[in-house]
Amino acid sequence: MLSISNLGVTFTQYDQGLRRKQLAVITDLDLDVKAGEVVAVVGASGSGKSLLAHALLGILPENAALSGTMRFKGEILTPERCRALRGKTIALIPQSIGYLDPLMTVGGQVQRVAQLAGRAKAEASASVSKTFARYNLSETVRDRYPFQLSGGMARRVLVSTAVVTQAQLVIADEPTPGLHPDVVVETLNHLRELAVEGRGVILITHDIEAALQIADRVAVFYAGTTVEIAAAKDFLSGNLRHPYTQALWRSLPQNEFIPVPGNQPSPEQLPVGCLFSDRCDWVSETCTAERPQLRELRSGWVRCVHAKG
Amino acid sequence: MLKGSRLWFRYGNRQPWVVEDRTVAVAPGEVLGLMAPSGYGKTTLGKLLAGYLAPTRGSVTVDERSLPKKRYNPVQLVFQNPELSVNPRWRIRQILAEGCPPDPACLEALGIHSGWLNRYPHELSGGELQRIAIARILNPSTQYLIADEMTAMLDANTQALIWQGVLAFVAQQQIGLIVISHDDPLLQRLCDRILLLADDAVSKVDGPAKVFAKTA
Ligand code: SF4
Repeated sequence: MLSISNLGVTFTQYDQGLRRKQLAVITDLDLDVKAGEVVAVVGASGSGKSLLAHALLGILPENAALSGTMRFKGEILTPERCRALRGKTIALIPQSIGYLDPLMTVGGQVQRVAQLAGRAKAEASASVSKTFARYNLSETVRDRYPFQLSGGMARRVLVSTAVVTQAQLVIADEPTPGLHPDVVVETLNHLRELAVEGRGVILITHDIEAALQIADRVAVFYAGTTVEIAAAKDFLSGNLRHPYTQALWRSLPQNEFIPVPGNQPSPEQLPVGCLFSDRCDWVSETCTAERPQLRELRSGWVRCVHAKG
Repeated sequence: MLKGSRLWFRYGNRQPWVVEDRTVAVAPGEVLGLMAPSGYGKTTLGKLLAGYLAPTRGSVTVDERSLPKKRYNPVQLVFQNPELSVNPRWRIRQILAEGCPPDPACLEALGIHSGWLNRYPHELSGGELQRIAIARILNPSTQYLIADEMTAMLDANTQALIWQGVLAFVAQQQIGLIVISHDDPLLQRLCDRILLLADDAVSKVDGPAKVFAKTA
């Protein structure tokens, strides 16, 4: 359904002395999503996961230059095509209720989303009723304002905004932080259902635990690049390929809770070689000479020269 | 000892109680976890203990004295979203220098890059900015720290990195720490004891409702 290869995003900025700065915020990013599949995109803040969503929705700022290719159903996705598909074929489930208009009833807003996706008024209204019924939101919820919703209800309204569009690709941006575990499970199950219905789902999250509950595959991002694509089950079975993915897994409180020191490299000064080289125990000269290619390994993908089969 | 005694809170006379008769105490050097379902007023309780809100009934004291109004508050609160707690128009260096000048060892422990100091808050990622917000309060005038979902928006590695730094400081300075979180494994890792606010029957009792030994 979706295939992204070697995506690059560079921002051009001018600092106070009007010196031009190039920020390589995404370099060599790869991802593919099939219909009926949940792919989790996992990484730290600044790893490029939200920017990927912005690129797919055609909402990158003006000073961003794109390279590489994105294809949706075989056709190249240009920023214009992304904008044309946004809200119709490709839909975003926003991060929080803060994305809704506080002064408009939630029913009215979901209805508007359905109409913008190309449905006639009556049909849009029927689809809002059907979707609200599906998510256990009573008719009276339509007349409420965003601030009158409980945490769980808010999540269901946000999912509804994607469902009424009948989008084929749904992007959920960080849907879980700070939510109560029951609401997290409910939200994740809703995403899983969307995939079961045949949609492709991208779950953007920093929370591996949440990702593993519903994802088929997990793409791990680091400093704007894809370092590994693994099956969800590879995490529990210890079949991880990249040193960063292994470190991330070890650092969970239920595992060893031991972090790797340091930070992602700054997009202003990316190293020539492997982006993880300054924090990696396995680093050698080959690592720092040039950027490792993404290669297939043990039925997954890894961008590391030393990962073994 | 930081003690909130028989705390009640509501926003107005006709409003429902958000916090009902809670008593929480944490000793210097102790790490206490607070766990409860949404809607049990954990965040409000944190704000009461840090003096951000005044209790409708009950009292908050540090060593039997009420919280100072004019001096630096010895009870500091850190939220999930750092954007809310820093001045967006100041450079990071200025933000850090506001209270006490930061200890270089502490900056290092939190993984704060010297290159960040000349930037503005919007030029840092959420994880980077959260480390700044934490570094700012890890100073000798802080005696108690309340961390409300402090690392909920961070990846696991950054979370572990930050807690490593914070726990070292807490142990060294004998700070009393209250961790509010939905993440059970995290609380098990960090806390000496965990207080469950869910069970109404015991929550009315004066004193910790339920106490668990640390398992980790
Ligand atoms: S390429 Fe080298 S430095 Fe990079 S992750 Fe692999 S072993 Fe580590």
